[in-house]
Amino acid sequence: MTGFLAVIGRDLRLAMRVGGDALTLVLFFVMVGVIVPFAIGPDSVTLSRLAPGIVWIAAFLSMLLGLDRLFRTDEEDGSLLLFRHAALPLEAIVFAKMAAHWLLTALPLIVASPLLAILLSMDVATWGRTVLSLLLGTPGLVALGTIGAAVTVSLRRGGLIAPVLILPLSIPVLIFGAGAIASGSAEGISNAALLFLAAISLVAMALAPFAAALALRLAED
Amino acid sequence: MTVDIAVKKPNWFSRLANPGQFLAWSKAFVLPLAILTAVLFSVGLYLAFFASPPDYQMGETVRIMYIHVPNAILSELIYAVMAVASIGTLVWRHPLADVAAKSAAPLGATFTGLALFTGSLWGRPTWGTFWEWDGRMTSTLILFLIYLGIIALWRAFEDQGRAGRVIAVFTLVGALDIPVVKYSVDWWNTLHQPASFSIMGDQHMAPSMEIPLLVMTLAFASLFATLDLVRMRTEIFRRRAETLERQAAAKLA
Repeated sequence: MTGFLAVIGRDLRLAMRVGGDALTLVLFFVMVGVIVPFAIGPDSVTLSRLAPGIVWIAAFLSMLLGLDRLFRTDEEDGSLLLFRHAALPLEAIVFAKMAAHWLLTALPLIVASPLLAILLSMDVATWGRTVLSLLLGTPGLVALGTIGAAVTVSLRRGGLIAPVLILPLSIPVLIFGAGAIASGSAEGISNAALLFLAAISLVAMALAPFAAALALRLAED
Repeated sequence: MTVDIAVKKPNWFSRLANPGQFLAWSKAFVLPLAILTAVLFSVGLYLAFFASPPDYQMGETVRIMYIHVPNAILSELIYAVMAVASIGTLVWRHPLADVAAKSAAPLGATFTGLALFTGSLWGRPTWGTFWEWDGRMTSTLILFLIYLGIIALWRAFEDQGRAGRVIAVFTLVGALDIPVVKYSVDWWNTLHQPASFSIMGDQHMAPSMEIPLLVMTLAFASLFATLDLVRMRTEIFRRRAETLERQAAAKLA
């Protein structure tokens, strides 16, 4: 457990001290929300109707953008090699990195979501459901993204290919995530969508460390 | 003391693994398979377009079915072939398994693309729309995108051996979509009708339509087998040529 926490701590410290990628992602997330009213017109009725979809697309795109740095720097400076020979199994390390990645990329988006809610004229109840669906759905996105990042880590120009691989697989997350907050859907339907979203996230989180660790091992030898 | 190293005659499974042996025995199969495909297509197309009756509701447009359904069946079947080949790569490190997976991917993408294309051509006159976000169509479109991702991944790797192992992992993860495509018509009761065609048991189809459909399915399956065999042979030859190039370059240096 100490090793597990150490990996999370290491990733968080690295992200805090170098670069500020997490902040850039939040900026990107908010900017997508800012652009949309220019594209579809600033009519607040239309905007609030489309807002759940826009928030999810913005979150989806910023998560995909951040994927590549999950294992890339570790591969470049050789820490991945050390991880493979560590006492802690690689699966656990991948899970720790997944958790750290969620804290660094998904949590800031959820914290920044009130800003988007105001820009897209969402009401408070819808915003609450949005936060709930993001909380339930983003772990699944991160888990699927981990598989994509692990598969493409040995590619020198893998930056674009991981999102292309992962996008079709994460469509169910998007369907149920946006379905949970779509206006006009009945209470029962949106609760069912939330449950489905939680189920997808749980399955993806359970499966991803094993698939990603397998891909990391196979990519090296 | 001598250690007895009995040279066991390799069983058929290991002999299958040898690319050289594969090239030797598969050569004899290419022409017969091609002829079988041609015969099945001639019979199937005749039955489908001339000998079978028009549908009492859909009229002549029902004939699109004889192209659409085989393509749709193959789109799932080929992914299943790739998934089995991926298990072969990961579990036994079978040297032909990644060749099989690699050569099947573009064929699978083509058949899936054709299934989507013919489906939308069929949907226009019967449902009044080229495209609807219905469960089966959406999941088939996702399958198509997964195929394209796998092809892109194959092209991105330089070392094909490493590519085979890594892509095998991703192929198995993507295989989660196959049961979704299969059962989408039962889970979501939307536009696309449930299966009306199955090898065993209850069918809701007249024999005058079922037999042409069966022949056409076999024809497309045999087309896939022929093309896949040729592609696998080409891939082995290509890898050999690459090795020879590398050896020649090493000699020059």
